[in-house]
Amino acid sequence: MAEKKKLNFNRVDMPKQADFIRKRNFKEVALGYTAENAIEEASRCLDCKKPFCVEGCPVEINIPGFIRAIAAGDFPLAIKTLKEKNCLPAVCGRVCPQEEQCESKCILGKKGTPVAIGRLERFAADWEAKQGSIQAPEIKKKTGKKVAVIGSGPAGVTVAGDLTLLGHDVTMFEALHEPGGVLTYGIPEFRLPARVVSREIENLQKLGVKLICNFVVGKTKPLQKILDDYDVVFVGTGAGLPWFMNIPGENLNGVYSANEYLTRVNLMRGFEYPKTNTPVARHKKVAVVGGGNVAMDCARTALRLGAKEVAIVYRRSEKELPAREEEYENAVEEGVKFHFLTLPEKLTGNHEGWLEEIECSRMELGEPDASGRRRPVRIENSEFIMKMDSCIIAIGNSPNPIIPQTTPDLEVSKWGTIVADEETLKTSVDRVWAGGDIVTGAATVILAMGAGRKAARSMHEYLMAR
Amino acid sequence: MFKIIERRMIVPNLHLLVVEAPEIVESIQPGQFVIIHAGEGSERIPLTAADWDREKGTLSIVFMEVGLSTGRLAGMNAGEELQTVVGPLGVPIECRNFGTVVCIGGCFGMGSIFPVVRALKECGNEIITMLEGRSKNLLYWEEKLSEYSDKLIKLTRDGSYGYQGHVKKGTEILRDLDIKPDRVIANGCTTLSYLAVREYEHYDVPVIVTLNTIMIDGTGMCGVCRCTVNGQMKFACVDGPSFDGRFVDWDELAARRKQYISEEAFLVHHSGCGGI
Repeated sequence: MAEKKKLNFNRVDMPKQADFIRKRNFKEVALGYTAENAIEEASRCLDCKKPFCVEGCPVEINIPGFIRAIAAGDFPLAIKTLKEKNCLPAVCGRVCPQEEQCESKCILGKKGTPVAIGRLERFAADWEAKQGSIQAPEIKKKTGKKVAVIGSGPAGVTVAGDLTLLGHDVTMFEALHEPGGVLTYGIPEFRLPARVVSREIENLQKLGVKLICNFVVGKTKPLQKILDDYDVVFVGTGAGLPWFMNIPGENLNGVYSANEYLTRVNLMRGFEYPKTNTPVARHKKVAVVGGGNVAMDCARTALRLGAKEVAIVYRRSEKELPAREEEYENAVEEGVKFHFLTLPEKLTGNHEGWLEEIECSRMELGEPDASGRRRPVRIENSEFIMKMDSCIIAIGNSPNPIIPQTTPDLEVSKWGTIVADEETLKTSVDRVWAGGDIVTGAATVILAMGAGRKAARSMHEYLMAR
Repeated sequence: MFKIIERRMIVPNLHLLVVEAPEIVESIQPGQFVIIHAGEGSERIPLTAADWDREKGTLSIVFMEVGLSTGRLAGMNAGEELQTVVGPLGVPIECRNFGTVVCIGGCFGMGSIFPVVRALKECGNEIITMLEGRSKNLLYWEEKLSEYSDKLIKLTRDGSYGYQGHVKKGTEILRDLDIKPDRVIANGCTTLSYLAVREYEHYDVPVIVTLNTIMIDGTGMCGVCRCTVNGQMKFACVDGPSFDGRFVDWDELAARRKQYISEEAFLVHHSGCGGI
């Protein structure tokens, strides 16, 4: 029990690149705490007897434990404590929606700002990376059981990490030429640098996880054949086809899915074209449709590629915006405009097929819908035109169809997601588990990791019972 | 890594690439493609399989050198390695006994039509293969294709070999021979595919074309390969790449293929030496 101390309601700010500079470069926006910052912030933690923050964490990190270590300046203990439950602390410290999870439960948040758990997690992970030597966690005795993990995104990586530590022999299959899934192709460099992701994956490989890139399970080899060679399989194949609005003009040039736009820039590093060979168009006036983190990522990427004007077009109001508050604030600071209560109706282009105008309607909020949010309703005769040379559609995507299409007997919902038991994440096929976006539809990195953790637990029980 | 067994120019500007990819060739079917990514910094490009050897575990591809990435591939040689050859991707072409099938190949399509010709012949079809090129020196694999073809017709625009003419001439020859196709399959550039549709649609049979859209991941994630077929949005990488060309929106397809022309043209004018 901590001694009674004076409550400090103000969190330590994290240094950031100035908005007018960062909006033109791809370097990380938030620079991270210094050791002094981290100790000061960690010292605000009340070390509650009953830590509600842990309840808010999908992977059950011992939050007071690692924060206590930082406050005491014992950074090696902090990272060790984090890694007991989280194999990707550098990633989670950057992209988890902590304000809705651990930090939302912090007692200090009732009267002031909660302890900056995410920033401290990031600090500990980055501190370790800077030391050059990564302390490998202890691996249990080898069990001789073989595990295949399909997809190396957040869910797959968690399963691979957890089961390797338990002594199983894990092989991870990845369809793209780089591992990391959405962490690599989706989340931009300025929010999650590629080196942070590759560092975390390399750590897994050092533990003994085998990684096979350029292998599409379901195409290169069917899942049934993978099952011949492995005791259990985890499917974490994430996103599939992007959704479009089903309005005229979506195939015009200058119109992109968020996945395409971000993949060109992140995975293929199109912002370095022509040094890298995948081009990305540099538009002047860019509209991004959608209100989630992915929409913010696209808008801020467009700015960095030199756009003069970038606008988010969202059909509900500011209050319903699903993006993280921090990302919204960053976008506003950088100069992204927001057109709330606005719905694109039609895209029109020139005679060569390039986008020129977006016709939109104004919306108002009506009765709450099934999601509990007030339904946007079109205001009659409110149409107006936006002149834009690019439109990026960031309204989500369907689950990846390849494994469901090529695996007989695998139960799939009407939305195309794989049906898995809520507690164990077991699917309808023997020896196959699934988790992450392929089960839930598009969600967050940490929820996918939480699913990976649950699946790993159930897979381990199954393997040890045999 | 995927080892290159052979890379040579078979006719001007067209290269044969043979690469070791045992897992892919074990499951590949005619009409499927792979994505190749030569190495760090390279683009991912879709290329249709032109042949394979399951015993040796090798995959053959014929590609045209047109830009940065195909240029890099064209500069690679036996013994070197490619970072990525992934697949087989896309839906295989429908193979059954249709009756008489006209298979048209032009440019790199003379290569990629080969597995289709072979498989359809093995299903018992009568195969009329048409090779189309500007001049005699641009035709290849004649012998390979004739082995599985009941008739092999050569068309050159300058008349230096076979018949003089283009796709349209092919239909005239069929009329003279009194042959009515039950199915037409065309592989080649967008122009050839489009012309095949226009010249053969009066037969009222499917004219199957392979759409050469831009792709990145090739597994249905990015959506850049979208096209309109029969009024519906389709994704060439997972719904195709082969479609009945009679229902394809060709104007849109042609416009979408030019999306990155200005970025690529930039390179032609800026060689990287700092000058123009």
